[in-house]
Amino acid sequence: MIFGYPLLSVVIWLPIIFGVLVLATGNDRNAPLARIIALVGAVLSFLVTLPLYTGFDRMTSAMQFVEMKNWITQFNIHYHLGVDGISMLLILLNAFFTVIVVLAGWKVIEKRVAQYMACFLVMSGLINGVFAALDAVLFYVFWEAMLIPMFLIIGVWGGPNRVYAAIKFFLYTLLGSLLMLVALLYLYFQSGSFEILDYHQLPLGMTAQILIFIAFFMAFAVKVPMFPVHTWLPDAHVEAPTGGSVVLAAIMLKVGAYGFLRFSMPIAPDASHELAWLMVTLSLIAVVYIGLVALAQSDMKKLVAYSSISHMGFVTLGLFIFNAYGMEGALLQMISHGFVSGALFLCIGVMYDRVHSRQIVDYGGVANTMPVFAAFFMLFAMANSGLPGTSGFVGEFMVILGAVKVNFWYGFAAATTLVFGAAYTLWMYKRVVFGAIANDHVRHLHDIGTREKLIMAVLAITVLVMGLYPLPLSEIMHASVNDLLVHMARSKI
Amino acid sequence: MSYISTLFPAYAEIFLLCMIGVIMIADLLMPSQTRTVTYLLTQVTLLGCSLITVATHVNGVEYLFTNMFVDDLMSDVLKLLTYLSVSMMLVYSRSYLIVRGLFTGEFLSLTLTSTLGMLVMISASNLVTLYIGLEVLALSMYALVALQRDSAVATESAMKYFILGAMASGFLLYGMSMIYGGTGSLDVQTISNVIKSGQANDMLLVFGLAFLVAGLAFKLGAVPFHMWVPDVYHGAPTAMTMFIGTAPKLAAFAFVMRILVESLQPLMIHWAGMLAVLAVLSMGVGNITAIAQTNIKRMFAYSTIAHMGFLLLGVLSGTLDGYSSAMFYAVIYVLMTLGGFGMIMLLSREGFEADNLNDFKGLNQRSPWLAFMMLLLMFSMAGVPPTVGFYAKFSVLNAALQAGHLSLVIAAVIFSLIGAFYYLRIVKLMYFDAPESHEKLYMQPDSTLLISINGLAVLMLGIMPNTLMAICAASIQQSLLLH
Repeated sequence: MIFGYPLLSVVIWLPIIFGVLVLATGNDRNAPLARIIALVGAVLSFLVTLPLYTGFDRMTSAMQFVEMKNWITQFNIHYHLGVDGISMLLILLNAFFTVIVVLAGWKVIEKRVAQYMACFLVMSGLINGVFAALDAVLFYVFWEAMLIPMFLIIGVWGGPNRVYAAIKFFLYTLLGSLLMLVALLYLYFQSGSFEILDYHQLPLGMTAQILIFIAFFMAFAVKVPMFPVHTWLPDAHVEAPTGGSVVLAAIMLKVGAYGFLRFSMPIAPDASHELAWLMVTLSLIAVVYIGLVALAQSDMKKLVAYSSISHMGFVTLGLFIFNAYGMEGALLQMISHGFVSGALFLCIGVMYDRVHSRQIVDYGGVANTMPVFAAFFMLFAMANSGLPGTSGFVGEFMVILGAVKVNFWYGFAAATTLVFGAAYTLWMYKRVVFGAIANDHVRHLHDIGTREKLIMAVLAITVLVMGLYPLPLSEIMHASVNDLLVHMARSKI
Repeated sequence: MSYISTLFPAYAEIFLLCMIGVIMIADLLMPSQTRTVTYLLTQVTLLGCSLITVATHVNGVEYLFTNMFVDDLMSDVLKLLTYLSVSMMLVYSRSYLIVRGLFTGEFLSLTLTSTLGMLVMISASNLVTLYIGLEVLALSMYALVALQRDSAVATESAMKYFILGAMASGFLLYGMSMIYGGTGSLDVQTISNVIKSGQANDMLLVFGLAFLVAGLAFKLGAVPFHMWVPDVYHGAPTAMTMFIGTAPKLAAFAFVMRILVESLQPLMIHWAGMLAVLAVLSMGVGNITAIAQTNIKRMFAYSTIAHMGFLLLGVLSGTLDGYSSAMFYAVIYVLMTLGGFGMIMLLSREGFEADNLNDFKGLNQRSPWLAFMMLLLMFSMAGVPPTVGFYAKFSVLNAALQAGHLSLVIAAVIFSLIGAFYYLRIVKLMYFDAPESHEKLYMQPDSTLLISINGLAVLMLGIMPNTLMAICAASIQQSLLLH
């Protein structure tokens, strides 16, 4: 309450209120109005998150901007919000991408515009709630509620196989969430409280920790997604509209990794150490095997989806090697991957809007007709393959460094991504952008307009700045990461 | 005069009974097609009953008619919710019944007599009173289902309902008689005291208990005593289905509380095991079979079975938290079911029943607002936050886990995941598919308003569930601790 008003509540509820306002514009006759309200709402919601960054105390690992009110007294549940160095950046990322998504859907979405924009705004608020909640039930409510708009986004505005993808997405995530709910109820039974921070201090036996870890694992691994529960992601990505893919890749996947950081690791530290071999193995399988799977894709969106899984493997690897390099690298990788994969999905969206195909074979020689676009696409492709100087490099490098410290072969296996990542991304880029003009569709392409240029430029600058000077980000997470590592080193048995 | 003033805990029932007579006569004198006067009179009666119930409320527990009849906070809360639910049912079903020529005086008076039966059940503190209440309710219900005389399906389902219902009543009576044989009393409190003192023959009691639980399971529609539910739900006119599926469940909850908890609490170790079997089977069979349904009324029937399993899970926890979570669950279940059937009737027209799943196709394009309300109701039934259905499941699961039933909780969680699928399918039909007919929806203003309130209530109670939860907890606490 530093600014005299409940900042985090505003951050959560402002986009939701704007979402309702957009919905109130009704049918597609008022589409221009709906778009404008949505943009104003998204921009305002982004602006209100900025004080979180400027007013953030970098020295402490304690929760900041805390709000606490009674909510359900019977179960001792509170409306408890707060952010630390881990969650604050993710809120900024989310608010930023809401603006991008609204802009990206500006012209493309013509059917039920108000509902489309409203879904994204409401979802943005709910995701902010996930990152800011410090009460387990509040967290769970936001966590589940954000499934509803995403379900609709995929199912209403998605591609041909959207129904299958939407239902698969929802049920997969719900399965994990319900097991997490059982774990939360068990923790309440043990501690008499739903405060996440109380859980961190709660002593637990090894068996209990392992069961709790597995229950949380089911919820978060599905969201990340980790091998072998990743199969919903390619379907969801391919069928979702561009905006949906962007939010899925940039934000939703981070929610899973955030869950590991906020729940699994501090609540069950001994189980985390005990099961680290499993997590590391699954992460490395994701990095190497899914990287190879990406190589074999003929659909661009699917390729980037598999690349996302592979990159998120880096994040989980970084988390479960328990050193500062790994963990900060994982956090940087989360944010960087948000920008890079979001940008790649936007690039594919740009082409899809014009040609209505995502197949690599339908393209070729795009550079001839869309030079500006090709340049941006090049930068993002490079960032995706981890080129030094782009944001993609920093996180991957730190995670590899951290992994080598633990075990040389972890680092070695992880480093293969620098080869595979470059291979699948650049090979796709080559086939799509270079060469002679492949067909009439490509011949009649027109380059990106001002709106698209603006989006691309903003993302490009961010990717470069983060790659060249990541300090402003890492100094924010420093205190929280160190605190978490110290906490993890203490046994709770 | 002084005798009448001692009857104040039963004023609401007495008033209702008098008004039933008035409405019957008024209907004879004013036989119009729309029955505006008698309809309003019925609503006024329900309103009057709720005012009386509020006005005669006293803190603590009042007994009447030599301990046959009890008035406590739980009964008052359940009665108020019963009036509300019956009154909502009337609003939803009026135009539906008018176009089908079923909005008769009999409908109104039978609705009120069944309400009277529910009130008596809720306030019963003697097995005989319970049974009388149950029969008043059940006999009126049989007649209501059979009201559509020219429909073979409705008549058939009324017959099934009657025969199976009568069998269940037989079970109950048999069980009650054994309890009487074992304890020498029909009074809820005395039975409990005798069992606690250890004077009763345990064997006889458990035998009686098995029959009682079977009878209760029949009435609730719990597996394996559920066979009548889908057929009756399907065959009865939608308005009657809605009625069967809503308010009587509140009365049934009171029935479970009075018999199993207040009088047979010492036998909990026996009935908790029986209920556990019923609960898991109901959740399993209900949720899995619902997936295969194409008729939405049948689907709701199986979904009801699954919900009853959840409710029993709360009861069998055997703690105050468990009972209040079951009560909360029952209230929320009634609210959601009213909305669900209300939507079916809203979409139905003259000569057309919107009871097929395909009738919901593309509803978002025909009426975004109604589709959104149905979306809220469906997510609430599936137990997805931020709707109130989540808190209902949450509190039941919490109570069961606190009581140490981890395996039951995991089973419940898995079955509700399976259940989420068929609720999602309705959302899918409404939002993802193209409509089959573009006929303009004719929406009655009163039921449209009510469904909006109903849908938004599901959302608002989900954001602020505290008050309702606290009321349920307080009523259970008062009723059980003050006796």
